[in-house]
Amino acid sequence: MPRLGVVAGAVGLLALVSLFVGVGDVTPVDLARAVVGGDSAERHDLLLLLVSRVPRTIAIILAGAGMAIAGQIMQLLSRNRFVEPSTAGTVESAAIGILAVTVLAPGAPVIVKMIVATCTALAGTALFLRILRYVPLRSVLVVPLVGLMLGGIINAVTTFFAYRLDLLQSLNVWMTGDFSGVLRGRYELLWLTFALTVLAFVVADRFTVAGMGQDFVTTLGMNYRAVLALGLSIVSMVTAVVVVTVGAIPFLGLVVPNLVALIFGDNLRRTAPWVALGGAGFVLVCDLVGRTVRYPYEVPIGVVVGVVGSALFLVMLLRRDARVA
Amino acid sequence: MIDVLDAVKTYGEVRVVDGVRLALPSGGLTSIIGPNGAGKSTLLSLVARLVGLDGGRVLVDGLDVTTTKSDVLARRIAALRQENHLASRLTVRDLVTFGRYPHSKGRTTPEDLEHVARAIEFLDLGSLADRFLDEMSGGQRQRAFVAMVLCQDTDVLLLDEPLNNLDPRHAVAMMERLRAAADQLGKTVVVVVHDINVAAYYSDHIVAMSDGAVMFEGPPHAVICPEVLSDVYGLPVSVHTIEGRPHATYFR
Ligand SMILES: Nc1ncnc2c1ncn2[C@@H]1O[C@H](COP(=O)(O)OP(=O)(O)OP(=O)(O)O)[C@@H](O)[C@H]1O
Ligand SMILES: [Mg+2]
Repeated sequence: MPRLGVVAGAVGLLALVSLFVGVGDVTPVDLARAVVGGDSAERHDLLLLLVSRVPRTIAIILAGAGMAIAGQIMQLLSRNRFVEPSTAGTVESAAIGILAVTVLAPGAPVIVKMIVATCTALAGTALFLRILRYVPLRSVLVVPLVGLMLGGIINAVTTFFAYRLDLLQSLNVWMTGDFSGVLRGRYELLWLTFALTVLAFVVADRFTVAGMGQDFVTTLGMNYRAVLALGLSIVSMVTAVVVVTVGAIPFLGLVVPNLVALIFGDNLRRTAPWVALGGAGFVLVCDLVGRTVRYPYEVPIGVVVGVVGSALFLVMLLRRDARVA
Repeated sequence: MIDVLDAVKTYGEVRVVDGVRLALPSGGLTSIIGPNGAGKSTLLSLVARLVGLDGGRVLVDGLDVTTTKSDVLARRIAALRQENHLASRLTVRDLVTFGRYPHSKGRTTPEDLEHVARAIEFLDLGSLADRFLDEMSGGQRQRAFVAMVLCQDTDVLLLDEPLNNLDPRHAVAMMERLRAAADQLGKTVVVVVHDINVAAYYSDHIVAMSDGAVMFEGPPHAVICPEVLSDVYGLPVSVHTIEGRPHATYFR
């Protein structure tokens, strides 16, 4: 069984690699020179590192960990392995909120966008869970299909208005994760996902019990509605922050928790560090792939994660069926 | 200890629990018997506040289950449902440890761990403690759920068909444990069982339900008689005395 320390070290190493890969060449040696007062080119490297590379790597880690944890919480709350913010209408609902702010209050600061997006994401996800209550046959695969359809409908509405208002390009930016625009001063909101991830860890038991079903929640003396509200709020806020700052990262919340569950199960208190590290590592790798595969051009992370994630997911789905059958 | 006052539960037009009145004293083991659809599980769920009442009241230890805070009740009532299906992957130890949640609120103390170890030991799960529930047999899983209920260490234990999936050895062991919980620890145990003879052998009190109502109740020797049982089940039942104890037989 893998050890947490080893994995944390590996993710740290990936983060270091991520710092030094990119269009503008920065090497550790140049940096050392710059610190002791090198020439102007070397000082430029240091600046590049501090303004662009470090924020980018931090953003990747925070967004990856946050989305993976959000996915795991969604899976526990909906009691379905195949649900995550991008298969529950959460991402699309966040986007409609951002669009609304962009149209109605163009000059509003990013924090306002984030708050409105959180509210719309919350409403959309609550709607998803409500619809599920009326779906007669709660088969495992019907649940994410319902979410995808709901997301599709919301997205259609958003696209319609974006088209009318000439904002399709912006919409595309929100819906496709991309870390190339991350600069100092433009990603700090992501630290909020860190706070939310820590909060999720603190109240992890409630989500695990919610994953066991409403009867267990009641027998153990918790308030089901309160647990649901707390979980949905965390998921919606993490999603909103990520969509606002770097754009949606699909499938992440599906692949990582499912892989972790195969080995460690679903007790969130135990799995949360693994899920968070796994999410960060996964996005770091995908980002490196996106930056190197068509060097010197970048493939947006949303695309890479989408391809790698859906492939991995397909493999898991097939293997899972084989195991159960 | 458990007072059911004219409890009513309706689904649509049907009153599946129809004005049940029961007063179960503190301590002792009560069995609820009756045909499928009699309302046994529903009654137990009403007492455990897992299903809302449509009429009447239920008091446990003097506390009204609809108005008392859930976390207060969680330290007095533990309940096992008839069907337990987990979508998530948990180990036996995880599951049993969650039984301590009402006491520990997630901060497990050494005392909690002692309870967990004892419950696991009690249900013969020692060698399975770190296995995932979805990779175990039905009877093993059933024992794990009962271990969780025992671990909650409440005065009232409500178990809906705890013998589901158990082989004879584990079934006997389970009933003996529940008997011991009543006798030695003074717990109030209520079980739903289908095996009339198990009910007769292990209970202090038997409640026979049919069509949402209590048809008979009383000590085993009063309920285990051909007239009562034939009436409850709509099946000719004869009772023989074997080694000094009544035994119902219902094969023709
Ligand atoms: N959620 C529900 N919706 C509608 N009807 C229900 C529901 N739950 C139970 N019923 C009905 O209520 C009646 C009593 O059900 P209950 O589960 O209490 O029976 P039971 O005595 O436990 O039977 P069994 O021995 O089969 O477990 C049944 O007729 C059942 O069809
Ligand atoms: Mg039943």
